[in-house]
Amino acid sequence: MSPDKLVYMANQIGKFFAHQGEAKAVAGIADHIAKFWDPRMRAAIQAHAASGGAGLDPPVLQAVMILPTAGGEVPRRGGGEPTRSL
Amino acid sequence: MSLIHETDHGTPPSKATTSVTLRVDGIDVTVPEGTSVMRAAMDAGIKVPKLCATDSLAAFGSCRLCLVEIEGRAGTPASCTTPVAPGMVVSTQTERLKKLRRGVMELYISDHPLDCLTCAANGDCELQDMAGAVGLREVRYGYVGENHLDAAKDESNPYFAFDPAKCIVCSRCVRACEEVQGTFALTIDGRGFESKVAAGMDQPFLDSECVSCGACVQACPTATLMEKSVIDIGQPEHSVVTTCAYCGVGCSFKAEMRGTEVVRMVPYKDGHANHGHSCVKGRFAWGYATHRERILKPMVREKISDPWREVSWAEAIGRVVSEFRRIQAQHGRGAIGGITSSRCTNEETFLIQKLVRAGFGNNNVDTCARVCHSPTGYGLKTTFGTSAGTQDFDSVEHCDVMVVIGANPTDGHPVFASRMKKRLREGAKLIVIDPRRIDMVRMPHVQASHHLPLRPGTNVAVLTALAHVIVTEGLVDEAFVRERCEPDDFAAWAAFVAEERNSPEAVAKISGVPAELIRGAARLYATGGNAAIYYGLGVTEHSQGTTAVMAIANLAMATGNIGRPGVGVNPLRGQNNVQGSCDMGSFPHEYSGYRHVSDDATRAVFETMWGVTLDHEPGLRIPNMLDAAVDGSFKGLYIQGEDIVQSDPDTQHVVAGFKAMECVVVQDLFLNETANFAHVFLPGSSFLEKDGTFTNAERRINRVRKVMPPRNGLADWEITVAIAHAMGVAGMDYTHPSQIMDEIARTTPTFTGVSYDKLDAVGSVQWPCNEAAPQGTPVMHAGGFVRGRGRFIITEYVPTDERTGPRFPLLLTSGRILSQYNVGAQTRRTANVMWHDQDLLEIHPHDAEQRGVRDGDWVRLASRVGATTLRAKVTDRVAPGVVYTTFHHPLTQTNVVTTQYSDWATDCPEYKVTAVQVTPSNGPSDWQREYRELSVQNTRIAADAAE
Ligand code: SF4
Ligand code: SF4
Ligand code: SF4
Ligand code: FES
Repeated sequence: MSPDKLVYMANQIGKFFAHQGEAKAVAGIADHIAKFWDPRMRAAIQAHAASGGAGLDPPVLQAVMILPTAGGEVPRRGGGEPTRSL
Repeated sequence: MSLIHETDHGTPPSKATTSVTLRVDGIDVTVPEGTSVMRAAMDAGIKVPKLCATDSLAAFGSCRLCLVEIEGRAGTPASCTTPVAPGMVVSTQTERLKKLRRGVMELYISDHPLDCLTCAANGDCELQDMAGAVGLREVRYGYVGENHLDAAKDESNPYFAFDPAKCIVCSRCVRACEEVQGTFALTIDGRGFESKVAAGMDQPFLDSECVSCGACVQACPTATLMEKSVIDIGQPEHSVVTTCAYCGVGCSFKAEMRGTEVVRMVPYKDGHANHGHSCVKGRFAWGYATHRERILKPMVREKISDPWREVSWAEAIGRVVSEFRRIQAQHGRGAIGGITSSRCTNEETFLIQKLVRAGFGNNNVDTCARVCHSPTGYGLKTTFGTSAGTQDFDSVEHCDVMVVIGANPTDGHPVFASRMKKRLREGAKLIVIDPRRIDMVRMPHVQASHHLPLRPGTNVAVLTALAHVIVTEGLVDEAFVRERCEPDDFAAWAAFVAEERNSPEAVAKISGVPAELIRGAARLYATGGNAAIYYGLGVTEHSQGTTAVMAIANLAMATGNIGRPGVGVNPLRGQNNVQGSCDMGSFPHEYSGYRHVSDDATRAVFETMWGVTLDHEPGLRIPNMLDAAVDGSFKGLYIQGEDIVQSDPDTQHVVAGFKAMECVVVQDLFLNETANFAHVFLPGSSFLEKDGTFTNAERRINRVRKVMPPRNGLADWEITVAIAHAMGVAGMDYTHPSQIMDEIARTTPTFTGVSYDKLDAVGSVQWPCNEAAPQGTPVMHAGGFVRGRGRFIITEYVPTDERTGPRFPLLLTSGRILSQYNVGAQTRRTANVMWHDQDLLEIHPHDAEQRGVRDGDWVRLASRVGATTLRAKVTDRVAPGVVYTTFHHPLTQTNVVTTQYSDWATDCPEYKVTAVQVTPSNGPSDWQREYRELSVQNTRIAADAAE
């Protein structure tokens, strides 16, 4: 999935936890993502983090780095024409 | 089956706790102090003749038919207006009374047309009944006097007629409009024989302030105000109690029937949510069920541009299953999913999530509550421990201060709004926090003490500023906080809100609300007695929706306004079963009863019951499904009763997602907008055609009862069962929805006490309903919070990234209107379009003038993502800089302009804030034109349809 959107979403989560101090914030962000993001979203953000994590706020990047690897199978991409016209 | 006749006790019940014993016609009867003699007689089984009294209205004492004699008292007092007294001895039938009553009836009848045989009320007329009851045998004034048959009828209202010839001027209608509905549309004009009922300024009903709630029709004892359906069809012969399928109030109705034809829907007095009241939707707008556009046969097609082909159920279901299995084989287990609907029953919703989890083998199930109240779930669970409103509706009777935030109850939740207005007329205070001057800010006999017209998107800042005042001015309920809440969290929160940047003075700059207004509102909320917060989607549908819900919960805890009648945090749910669809586990991360899919113990319960291994990873939410579809990893979707294309934000993105999918299955009553992109259409059944339950905004589980066979052949739950069977899902052998509820009860701790038997016996229950609360729970968190101690959460204001700028200088916010419901699929197919036949853009006169826009002009409404056109309504109801519209019509497609910004926690879209520009226009936008063409193309049904 588009890393830009996932980065935006992850940073948005980060802003809610930001005031809790770094350690708690990182844990809070990681817990939230683990609980609400499906494996393919987590895999995508993890891959993005592994390749530098451009755009991720620092605590968010840390949180993504400590996410457990998604269990089960990650769906494969195929076909699909991203398009905005009819 | 027979017609349910509810007892009319003549006057409302007294709420007194002390009782009085009296004797009526030799029978001793004990009643609460303040009860009328008429009602006490009824309790003793004695019906005193009456015309102007009915138990939904305060006694009026005008008809003089209910006279009684009381020992030791002179004269013949009216029993409806005379309160009981200890030791009172009452006679309801004496020679003197008989004579007096006949005299009264003679006068009425001498001024009444005697066309009883052809009158629509024949068989259901209190005037006829009373003539019989008093033994009227002759009319000394003759029958040829005034019959008024030439008086003009008012047939302007599409649902009821007003025939003044039949009016006995009892004023029950006038009082119903005032006392029950709170609209004050009717008056009695003139005096004596000349007096008559008038709507508005002596206007036709349709042109008056009348909101067509039907309360006057129901109160009318004669044929004067009469449902047109009764005039057309005749009197019903049996009735079935069921629940309205429109909004989250969940009104109970008697479906009054002739065979399988609905004659009328009459609000049920014993309905615990509505107590006999209704609105125009539930009362009258049920005709869509038999609308000619309803699709009754399954249909399939290869490509979305092909015409639809009617097929058998077996072929349609076979197609769904083979396509879904093919997609999973090619793209993985997680490439398909399902969407449940807040319009469907609990049982149907539970079944779909079961099909997805047990049959599809993933957790890709979401509900349309995603786009409305998911932040309520997250916010209230975090602070209080469970995802639900804290009160019952009746609680409002004990409320002294009401805060209405981001809700428009008179349009969205009309029957509950009538209860609120009643309480406000009794003296409760009202605070409205809304960018728009909603009707409740000022209406007959209701005026808000404070209206905080904040800029859209600044809820969190304003709510935190209210907390600032409460904390810094020493208004915290210290004892409550000490006993009931987490101390460390409270301390951190109190320090945070007390910071200067959260003061009303600082927030005034962000929100546009004068600091003094914020301070005044905070003081009133904290010190005005029992204070309750009622909120709607104006709170949740923001990028900080969840944070705002938490901010509301913080306020209630800080002021001790939780855990007893009259207070609490009350989300007003939009659709009929929003609460239920959330409760039933149709979120991708939660099973029924809000238990996370990663919880081994919970999964074990379902694995044992369903005989499969279940996925412990959360699934995709609706916006994620669409993103994944555009991205190519999500290919198949089963949607029940939900029009994603019209209702979800950024239509062009939604359409791109749908166009990228390979098998879209839509189950609905009509070819909705989403069906334009579907490959299989499964015709659904209306609420009149199936059994089940809905759970309303107060957690009340109400029965939905089948009054006619499904016109499409199968009830919705049967369709899901058929798919599940074809997919080989075990344990789906239900023969009645009651068995599905039994399974819900066996697997869900908050529902263990719920069964159809119990619901049939007691009417309805509010969950939690289990061993600890066998009769349900009207008020939650009474002795302690569900999570133990209440948790304060820091609510830092983070401005939305959707900003105004030179190109898009205005903020668009949206809402709904009384006569229409959501995407309008149902209400647009009823006469309700007479009140609202198109979406209008409300714009402030200042902004309109700057743009050369006049009232009624076509305007182009453009945002960063899209543009549409609609007509302007110039009004100062919206503040300068803010525009407002509804989203009921597919021609407008308001969501073409809304963006993909969403709540940080739940992905609930930010419908309520979109930066836009408004310009004069003379025709539809490109998108509208293209979409119309596509829609015409994609809704064709092949003429040579197979059986
Ligand atoms: S329908 Fe309702 S609003 Fe209209 S006049 Fe009757 S009671 Fe009043
Ligand atoms: S319209 Fe009906 S309720 Fe109203 S005054 Fe006439 S008879 Fe009574
Ligand atoms: S739409 Fe809502 S308020 Fe109106 S009748 Fe139905 S449940 Fe009641
Ligand atoms: S019923 Fe009592 S005066 Fe009419």
